[in-house]
Amino acid sequence: MEIVYLTFILMLAIFLGFELINKVPATLHTPLMSGANAISGITVVGAIASAGSGSGDAANILGAIAVALATINVVGGYWVTDRMLAMFKKKGS
Amino acid sequence: MTLDLALNMIYVVSAGLFIYGLKLLGSPATARRGNAISAVAMLIAIIVALLDQSVVDYRWIIGGVIIGTIIGGLAARLIAMTSMPEMVALFNGSGGTASLLVGWAALSTHNDTFSVVTIFLSILIGGVTCSGSLIAYLKLSEKMSGKPIIFSGQRIVNSILVLAILVCGVMLTIDPSNLNYLYAVIALSVLFGVMAVIPIGGADMPVVISLLNSYSGLAACAAGFAVNNNILIVAGSLVGASGMILTNIMCKAMNRSLVNVLFSGFGAVSTETTKVEGEIKPISVEDAFYILEAATNVVIVPGYGMAVAQAQHAVKELQLLLEKNDAEVNYGIHPVAGRMPGHMNVLLAEADVPYDQLIEMEEINPRMDSVDVAIVIGANDVVNPAAREVESSPIYGMPVINVDQARTVFVLKRSMASGFAGIENPLFYKDNTRMLFGDAKESISGLVREFG
Repeated sequence: MEIVYLTFILMLAIFLGFELINKVPATLHTPLMSGANAISGITVVGAIASAGSGSGDAANILGAIAVALATINVVGGYWVTDRMLAMFKKKGS
Repeated sequence: MTLDLALNMIYVVSAGLFIYGLKLLGSPATARRGNAISAVAMLIAIIVALLDQSVVDYRWIIGGVIIGTIIGGLAARLIAMTSMPEMVALFNGSGGTASLLVGWAALSTHNDTFSVVTIFLSILIGGVTCSGSLIAYLKLSEKMSGKPIIFSGQRIVNSILVLAILVCGVMLTIDPSNLNYLYAVIALSVLFGVMAVIPIGGADMPVVISLLNSYSGLAACAAGFAVNNNILIVAGSLVGASGMILTNIMCKAMNRSLVNVLFSGFGAVSTETTKVEGEIKPISVEDAFYILEAATNVVIVPGYGMAVAQAQHAVKELQLLLEKNDAEVNYGIHPVAGRMPGHMNVLLAEADVPYDQLIEMEEINPRMDSVDVAIVIGANDVVNPAAREVESSPIYGMPVINVDQARTVFVLKRSMASGFAGIENPLFYKDNTRMLFGDAKESISGLVREFG
């Protein structure tokens, strides 16, 4: 049953993603991409479990590297997106 | 059990915030807040992950977070806006690689068939994202030639590669304890990422970047299945879907199918030479100034050349002077101008150009006949009238900005070398076109000085 339930979530999330992004104006394509890119750093959540297992084995070390890489993605992605969006201004403002 | 339930409920909150944040990212007025909300969602998800009972040792995690924060933070702060495409490519790559490692690490604790299949997927997609992004980075930063790398038998090699990956994947599923299959899958996936991106030319990079962006999400999603984590599945598939949409928009803007972009190098088709009638008419900065001074409606069409010359601030200065001279100034932005979706918009935003003056292609084209002067800065293929007129042209059918319908067209160009795709551009030979040769930034600054 677990598989069915996870696949359900997957399907709904994909449809939701399509609906959310479809109307984004071209002006925002780059920030949208880098913002979405930062979200893909969510894999850090999966990495934390392996990195914190305390087992000291290979999986532990792989997890730690994954945490570092995913954090680059998260911190860099959100920050650079914010930097870009701060520059977008309407006429007269 | 109750703690577990509570933590999972908080994941639901985090997913909701991700969705709300993405929704706000859809409008320029709310986008910054949307990004911040999405960051909060990420923070919540990370805290929940840290509170999980299976996490007993924080040393490795803290080490990883510190290293990642320093590298990511420095990169985000120091990067120039013109280098944004390669930065996004690198961030994509690191996310993809992380998903690969998560899958790899999960193999030691999850070895039922379903888990192994999803682990295989996260390694495959993660590996392709990792090396593909790296190649995209090298091409974008011009550390490697942007020309498509094509050799005979490429498709056969790639087909064999895909087959080998699948075989190793099946073997891994049958016997997850044999790590040789795992290593083979990792190595082949990484190799496949390289093979997939080298035949794609620099002008097609907006498609590749959005596709890799989508992959990095899908890799996280597969990793989510592997470690049984809902938030990874939800957030990963949101990113996967958004990347797919952008990829689709980019393909439409080039009138090409995704398959065509991925499997046929642009350079291969353009070997035939079309004879273009007419002659090139160069213009001096001084003469260009006289025409601009009399113009009341000016459209600026920027391309990758503006990014290379870092000319955006000079362009803004010229815009202000023209406006002071009572001319209406707009920018015509082609969806694939530059090296990533929306590249020009970011550069012009950096130069303080308000976003309501950036007009999309479909909107600017009908107004083109009332434009006195169209200034093309470092754009080539996206303003090529051959896309409408020459049926044998490789870009025939691609929607372009019809600058040739303006009364006068200035084309700012370094030399007469053809554009990235190597396609002849009849625009340069039209009666109403004047070529302003030289570095784009120098030429624009020259015009600014004439006004001053």
